[in-house]
Amino acid sequence: MNKNIINLILTVLLAFVWSMLSMDWWSAMLAAIIVGSMVPLKGFKVFLMPFLGIFLFWGLYAYVLSSGNDFRLARQIGVLLNVGERPFLVILITALIGGLSAGVAGVFGKQLANLKRKK
Amino acid sequence: MKYLKFFLSMALTGLVIYGLDSKFGSIPPIGKFLNPYNGIWQNEGDESIDGELILEGLAEEVVVHYDEALIPHIFAKNDKDLYRSQGYITAKHRLWQMEFQTYAAAGRLSEIVGPNAIEYDKQERRRGMGYGAEMAIEKIKQDPRIYNLVESYTSGINSYISSLEPKNYPVEYKLLDYAPEPWTVKKTALLLMYMTKMLAGADSDLEYTNTLKLLGKENFDFLFPDFFDEVDPVIPAETDWTFIDVPQTALPDTELVGDTINFEIAKKPNPDNGSNNWAVSGSKSYSGHPILANDPHLGLNLPSIWFVMQLSTPEHNSFGATLPGALGIISGFNEYIAWGETNATRDVLDWYKIEFNEDRTKYLYDGQWNPVSLRIENIKVKNKETVLDSVLYTHHGPVMYDVNFREENPKRGYAMKWIGHIGGNNQKTFLDLNRGKNYEDYLNALKNYTAPAQNFVFASTEGDIALWIQGLLPNKWEGQGKFLLDGSNPDHDWQSFIPQEFNAHTKNPERGFVSSANQHPVDQSYPYYVFNDGYETYRNRVINEFFNSKERFTIEDFKDLHNNNYNLKASELVPYMLKHMDRSGLTEEQARILDQIKDWNFNNDLDEVGPSIWRRWWASLYDMTWDEFEQEDLAVDTPFTYQTIYILTHYPNHEFMDILKTEKKETAKDLFRLSFEEAVSGLLEWEETNGDYKWKNYKATYAGHLLQGLPAFSRFNIPIGGDRNIVNATSKNHGPSWRMIVEMTSPPTAYGIYPGGQSGNPGSKYYDNFISDWAGGNYLELNFMPSAATTEGVISSQTLKPLP
Repeated sequence: MNKNIINLILTVLLAFVWSMLSMDWWSAMLAAIIVGSMVPLKGFKVFLMPFLGIFLFWGLYAYVLSSGNDFRLARQIGVLLNVGERPFLVILITALIGGLSAGVAGVFGKQLANLKRKK
Repeated sequence: MKYLKFFLSMALTGLVIYGLDSKFGSIPPIGKFLNPYNGIWQNEGDESIDGELILEGLAEEVVVHYDEALIPHIFAKNDKDLYRSQGYITAKHRLWQMEFQTYAAAGRLSEIVGPNAIEYDKQERRRGMGYGAEMAIEKIKQDPRIYNLVESYTSGINSYISSLEPKNYPVEYKLLDYAPEPWTVKKTALLLMYMTKMLAGADSDLEYTNTLKLLGKENFDFLFPDFFDEVDPVIPAETDWTFIDVPQTALPDTELVGDTINFEIAKKPNPDNGSNNWAVSGSKSYSGHPILANDPHLGLNLPSIWFVMQLSTPEHNSFGATLPGALGIISGFNEYIAWGETNATRDVLDWYKIEFNEDRTKYLYDGQWNPVSLRIENIKVKNKETVLDSVLYTHHGPVMYDVNFREENPKRGYAMKWIGHIGGNNQKTFLDLNRGKNYEDYLNALKNYTAPAQNFVFASTEGDIALWIQGLLPNKWEGQGKFLLDGSNPDHDWQSFIPQEFNAHTKNPERGFVSSANQHPVDQSYPYYVFNDGYETYRNRVINEFFNSKERFTIEDFKDLHNNNYNLKASELVPYMLKHMDRSGLTEEQARILDQIKDWNFNNDLDEVGPSIWRRWWASLYDMTWDEFEQEDLAVDTPFTYQTIYILTHYPNHEFMDILKTEKKETAKDLFRLSFEEAVSGLLEWEETNGDYKWKNYKATYAGHLLQGLPAFSRFNIPIGGDRNIVNATSKNHGPSWRMIVEMTSPPTAYGIYPGGQSGNPGSKYYDNFISDWAGGNYLELNFMPSAATTEGVISSQTLKPLP
C-alpha cells in the first residue's frame, strides 16, 4: 500500500483508539507525531496526510454526535463563534482545528525521524 | 540545519497545543472547546433518564419517573433519601446554574471570569452575603433534623458531580474553562441569601437622604408620601387590629442625619422583582373547591430560576417549583394544601452613618468608642493574584462603604443593618409546608420564617384560604429607616421586632378571596410603622376588581387573569392627556400617531401600537416632569409613577411642572404636548431602524442566558403581551417566571408553566421548550402521580439504588 495512505490510516487509527480511552484532544497530535516519525513521508505530504486524516476523523465524529441531536447545540455554537446558525461551518472549523494541529504535529514527527536516521 | 528544523517544528507543535488549550480573554480554549472527544460536541443531546444507578448513601431504593415535559417525579421511602435524590436529580439537569448562582451570591465571580468581576465581588462581600450565609448555617445547625436533610441534599449533588468526567461537564464550564467544585451546606445558605438579596435587598435610604436635602421636607413629603391617596392593600382595609397589644416603638427625641451622599451607590436589585398570588374560597369557585394561583415575577433567564419536580415519600407527596440549590417545593401543593409567595417588600435594610477613630479600630456609639471587628475577604481572581479586602463590622452590620470602597473620608463609613445578616432557618419553612396538611400546619411552618418577607398565600382541601405576610420585621418608630440613621445613637437602633402573631394576615375573609401583588401590605389603620417602599399600585387593583366583579370563578378565569394585559396606568392618564393637550398645529405624523393612541383600548396586546406610543410618551413626560432631579454625581430617587400621575392630574400648575432650562413657566398641559412631540420623533426614528412599532416588536421580550445574556444561549423576540405594572407583568427581560394554578380537589388538580425548560443544557430539546406555551398563555397539566406504581404519562424511569 502507498506509504501516504498507511500514514493517514495509522494516524486516524491511533487517534481513534486514544479518543476511546478518554485521552485529551491533543492525543490526535501525539498520534500524528508518532506515525509521522515511524512512517516518514516526503515534501508537503508530511503535513497533508495527518491533516487529512484528523480533519476527516474530527469532522465525522462531530457530525455523528451532532446529527443525532438535529445539530441543536452546533447551531448555537455557530452564533457564539459569530458564524451564524450554521452547524456545518462549526463542524468545518472543528475539523480544520484538528487537521491543522495534526499537520503541524506530523511535520514535527518527520523532523524526529530525520534526527533518528542520521544518528 | 536539521536541528534548527527539529526545534522549530517542536516549538510550533508546543505552541499549537498551548494555544488551543488556553483561554484568551473571553475566547474559550478553542481546541479544548471544539474537539469532539470532550468538547462541546459531547453536549449534543439530553440527560440520561433511564436505567439503574447506584446512589451512595441511600437507605432504600428510589424511583424517578419522568413525564414528557422532563419533570422528575421522585418516589423515596424516607425524607433523607428523598432530598438526597432531589440534590442528585437537580444537579443532573441544572448543575452549572446552581453553582454559578452561588458563586454570584458569594462574590466569587472573579474566580470564573477574571478581573472584570472584582468590583462586583467586592460589593457582594461588603454587603455581607457570605457573613449572612454563615449566620443562617448557625441557625440551621440548631435544628439537627433540617441540618441532616440539607447534608443529604448536599451529598446527593456531590454524588452527581463526582460521577462526571470532563466531557460530561455542562457546556458553560467548557466555555469558561473551569470545573465544578463540591457542593456544601454553605452553598445552599448562599442561594437563600441570593434570593434574600433579590427580594429584600433594595432600599432608597441614601437616595432619599439626598433628595430630602435637595428639595426640603415639604416638597419631599408631597412627592414621597407614606401612603398614596388611595391604597388597595394586601390585607383588606376593613381588618380589625384591636387584638394587637404591643405598641409601635415610641418616637425618640432625635434628629435626622442631614447628610449628602456623594459616592456611587451600589446597584439595586430590579424593582420589578415581585409577583402575583391569589386564592378564591369554595364559595367563589365554580366547583366548590378553593382555587389558588401564583406567578413570581423575576428576571427571565435561561436556565430558568425554577425547576419543577414532584417529591414523594409514604408520608407526604408534593409537587411544584423548586429553586435549584434549595430543598423542597417552594411554590406548589401537596395532597392537602397549596401555597405560593409574592414579595412583601418591607423596609428591612437600613443605613447607619459611622464615625471611626484615628486608626479605624473603633467606632463611636452612645458616647463610647466600641471596637470594630475585621473580616478579611480573599477574592481569588482567575489567572491573577488574589485581591484582599478588609471589611469592618459594627454591631449594626458590615460597613459597606468606607475608605476601601467608594467613600473618601477615612473616618467615615456607612454600615448596613439588614435582616439578611440575622440568619434564619428558612429552609425549614418550606420543608414543613411540603408536608403540611391544613391551616395549622401552614401557620406553624411560617412562624419562624425570617427573610425575605413574603405574602404566603394558602388554600386547603378542607376549604380554607389564607394569606400571611410573614418575615421577621422590625418594629420601627415613625419614620425610622426612611433616611440615613445615626450609627452612634442607640435610639436609632432597631429596638425590637413585631411579634410574629401580629404580622398582618387574613383567613377566610368575607369577600371570598385573598390576593397580593406587592402592594401596600396594610392601610394606615395597622398599628405599626409601614411606609411606601416602592409598592405596586396597579396590578393589585386590577386583580381585586376582577374578583369583585362576579360570583364564581373557573380555572379559565384564572388563566385569563394571569394573561390579563390591561394597562390601568395608561387608562388613568391617557384620556386626561388627550382631553387637556393643545392639539393646534400638529404635523401629519403627529396627528396620525395621536389617532392611533386614541383608538387604543388600553390592552398591551401583541399587535397593538398603543402600548408602544404610551411607553414612549410616558418616558418623555416623566423625564420632563422631574427635570428638577437631574443631578450630576448625586444619587436621588424620582417620585413613583402613581404619585407622578396624581400630581399631573391634581396639581397641573404646580411649580414642579416647570422645565427649568426654558424661560417659559410650563404647566402639565404644556408638558403633555412637548412630551408627545418628543415621543413622536422618537417613535419615527425607532420605526426607521427597526420597522413597525407594534408592541411585540417594540417590547421584544427575551429570556437571557445567566451568563450576561450570552446571545447564543438566549431566546429573543418572544411573542407575549403585557408589561410592568400589568397583571401579565412581562416586560423586556422580566416577568412571570412560573405560573401555577391549583384547584383543591382531592387530590388537587394543577396547571403550571414557566419561560424555559427543565434541562439546563442549551443542546437539549428541553432547554427552552416551554417558552412558546408560556408566551401563548398555555399551561402544562401537572401529572400529580399518586405512587411509584403510576405508569400513565411516564416516558422513562430511573431507579436509584443504595450501595449493595
